[in-house]
Amino acid sequence: MKVLEKFFNKYEHLFLEGGKYEKYRPAYMAMYTFMFTPDETTKKGAHIRDAVDLKRVMFTVVLALIPATIFGMWNVGYQYYHQAGMAFTNIDAFMYGFWKVLPMIVVSYVVGLGIEFYFAVLRGHEVNEGYLVTGLLIPLIMPVTIPLWILAVSVAFSVIIGKEVFGGTGMNIVNPALTARAFAFFAYPTFMSGNEVWIPKPENADAYSGETILGALGQGHHLAYTWKEMFFGTIPGSIGETSVLMILIGAALLLLTKVASWRIMLSGFIGAALMAFIFNLWGTNTLMQLPWWQHLLVGGLAFGVVFMATDPVTAAQTQKGKWIYGFLIGVFAILVRVFNPAYPEGVMLAILLLNVVAPTIDYYVVQANIKKRMKRLEKQTA
Amino acid sequence: MHKQVKISKGLDINLKGKPALKIAEAPRSSKYVVKPTEFYGINPRLSVKVGDHVEAGQPLFYHKYIDKIKFTSPVSGTVEDIIRGERRKILKIVIKADAEDTYKSFKVSNPEQLDKTQILDLLLESGLFATIKQRPYDLIANPDDNPKAIFVSTYDSAPLGVDYAFALKNKMKAFENGLKALKKLTEGKVYLIVNGETASDFDKLNDIEIVKAFGPHPVGNVSVSIEKFEPINKGDRIWTVNPADVALIGDFFETGRYNPTRNIALAGSKVKAPMYYTIKAGADMTDFLKDKLVDDDVRIISGNVLTGANITKDKILNFYDNEVTVIPLGKKSRFLGWMPFLAENRKSFYNFGFTKKQLDIDANMYGEERAFVMNEELESVMPLDIYPVHLLKAALLGDVEKMEQLGILEVAPEDFALLDYISSSKIDTQELIRKGLDIMQVEMG
Repeated sequence: MKVLEKFFNKYEHLFLEGGKYEKYRPAYMAMYTFMFTPDETTKKGAHIRDAVDLKRVMFTVVLALIPATIFGMWNVGYQYYHQAGMAFTNIDAFMYGFWKVLPMIVVSYVVGLGIEFYFAVLRGHEVNEGYLVTGLLIPLIMPVTIPLWILAVSVAFSVIIGKEVFGGTGMNIVNPALTARAFAFFAYPTFMSGNEVWIPKPENADAYSGETILGALGQGHHLAYTWKEMFFGTIPGSIGETSVLMILIGAALLLLTKVASWRIMLSGFIGAALMAFIFNLWGTNTLMQLPWWQHLLVGGLAFGVVFMATDPVTAAQTQKGKWIYGFLIGVFAILVRVFNPAYPEGVMLAILLLNVVAPTIDYYVVQANIKKRMKRLEKQTA
Repeated sequence: MHKQVKISKGLDINLKGKPALKIAEAPRSSKYVVKPTEFYGINPRLSVKVGDHVEAGQPLFYHKYIDKIKFTSPVSGTVEDIIRGERRKILKIVIKADAEDTYKSFKVSNPEQLDKTQILDLLLESGLFATIKQRPYDLIANPDDNPKAIFVSTYDSAPLGVDYAFALKNKMKAFENGLKALKKLTEGKVYLIVNGETASDFDKLNDIEIVKAFGPHPVGNVSVSIEKFEPINKGDRIWTVNPADVALIGDFFETGRYNPTRNIALAGSKVKAPMYYTIKAGADMTDFLKDKLVDDDVRIISGNVLTGANITKDKILNFYDNEVTVIPLGKKSRFLGWMPFLAENRKSFYNFGFTKKQLDIDANMYGEERAFVMNEELESVMPLDIYPVHLLKAALLGDVEKMEQLGILEVAPEDFALLDYISSSKIDTQELIRKGLDIMQVEMG
């Protein structure tokens, strides 16, 4: 490591003030601080600091996504071979999916980080770590068959319009990964909806069904999968969202390390369960009749609530606000799912909507605190 | 029944280098230093010049705007140097100490027989008034104010905090005497915050509101008790005094001398044998510390690791501090330092049983500053009824109205010290709150 550090130190002068590549200092710093946490000591305030920085926080989320990613790769292969009716091993399935998904992840990181670096250099600020997570989230919530150019365009849209125009990580209003998906969803609907997109179509297959569960239920078909398949995730769907088990493993890591808010996760599931339960009582179509607990297993709900709703930047920022925010995401996810046949999955829209509403929720929570203070003052002066 | 205050939000950081309950006399230093910069918000006007001889308790400078507030010499000696900084700002007044102290004598008597003005005059004249701070703004109090209550916290819940029950053991009489003097200064109550978990001599004091505090740091901070028992509204004044200073005040009313001798804790993992020492405020500790540290790669702090001042260079014991903490400096880069499990870990993040393990934390930043991202972690160490992120953002913008609404008048920078520690965005929150308070003070007068 000494060699690597020497290498960085050797070229540092080029990037310092007055150096030849002074402009590119943010890019240099991003690479250096990725390899080495700087030797900076505390100057003001507390003399000791926690060893957690944003890089570690973001990396923890990436770690939490890995079970779902690996399973997602395997599932892509599994769905393909299954539909094609070919014999296959788990390794075959994984490798097939791996080569399908890897290019998506690479495109997402290259395009996204490229834009982040560009903006950092342009504005002379540090490269933020937020994209480490977003870059992996985006491929995981896309169908595997999406053309890479659409992925690249969506990534560019989400980073520029979703994040950089607001000032980068920490300032954005809506979740950047969901912005990418929403962009793809509305800009290229033919690639994002319909029946064929969720699993690669085998060339020689005649009978072929790649419908998602929610798509099928929305059209009044009956459930073709058992709850076990839905829980373990051997069903068609976006790459990372199918396995509730893998998502829960990630959720456990996020909660143990306190990276994600347990309040949002819990209230999100409660909201969804409650709404689904109400629809169960009503029960006029197949989606309404789907038992409430199965609503929690299908579609992107679990993935959305665990990984997207808990994004600390776009979520409500007060503890009370988080309860309301999470709960409403659950409620709206099921509402959209059941009432709007054009959008078989509601969780994306629910989270985007609540991202926008979150500051308002916070406003009222904080306002209550302010009112309490005012009341105390009145009482005293009265 | 004693009053109680209980909190659950907060964090105990269990650092290595807890001082043993032993005490020894530190040798007399040859040099003592008073730093006007330490008295936040004071505009110093000198009363002495280089070469003057001063007695202990004789004024060195006074506050330009309230000239009653005087700052006096801790020892008798000759003013050796007056060090100025940018724009001739006075940074240090250096006094070469006499071999033995001579004291300016004040006419004192039992504080119970004095009235408020007499006590105030004596405190102002002797320089002891500087030990009284006020809320809001966390500054030296204004002697013309009528505080609605006075708070003294004997529970230093900060990491490696001073055990005042031990440090003041031989000064209990002076401490009681000091409380008597303080009681005359307010029409309201004098509150004494004590550690609820352990019994001490403080519990036995009469005629005083004792508050038993339970929970993690910052439960010992006066703000927590103030919020519960005497919440600060606009226009209110609360005074706060450190218990060691209460003992100094009591001692002054007995002897008629200003003698800022303190029993300080010398703590931290870089101290060979952490324990208590008797030493005078302002002492140059260069010789004293020489053979007491493990090595030179250290950060020396006057005060505790969360709120103290960096005195690695000048090694001067600051006026208000009852503790010197020495921790490793940690000026080194770490390969892939952000990697969980691989690098040192601190709070509950991949580190369960955090409060039980003894940690040896250095002064490294452990990352770079970023925008606010993780908010819940900040709220988790803020026991006051305050939304820290919103308040900090208002302070960042200098929005006076918002800051007031969100409760900045109820806090001091020290209440945000744990937020400094825990922030993964490495934001210096104490600094922000200090700036916010400064703006408020200018705007509200």
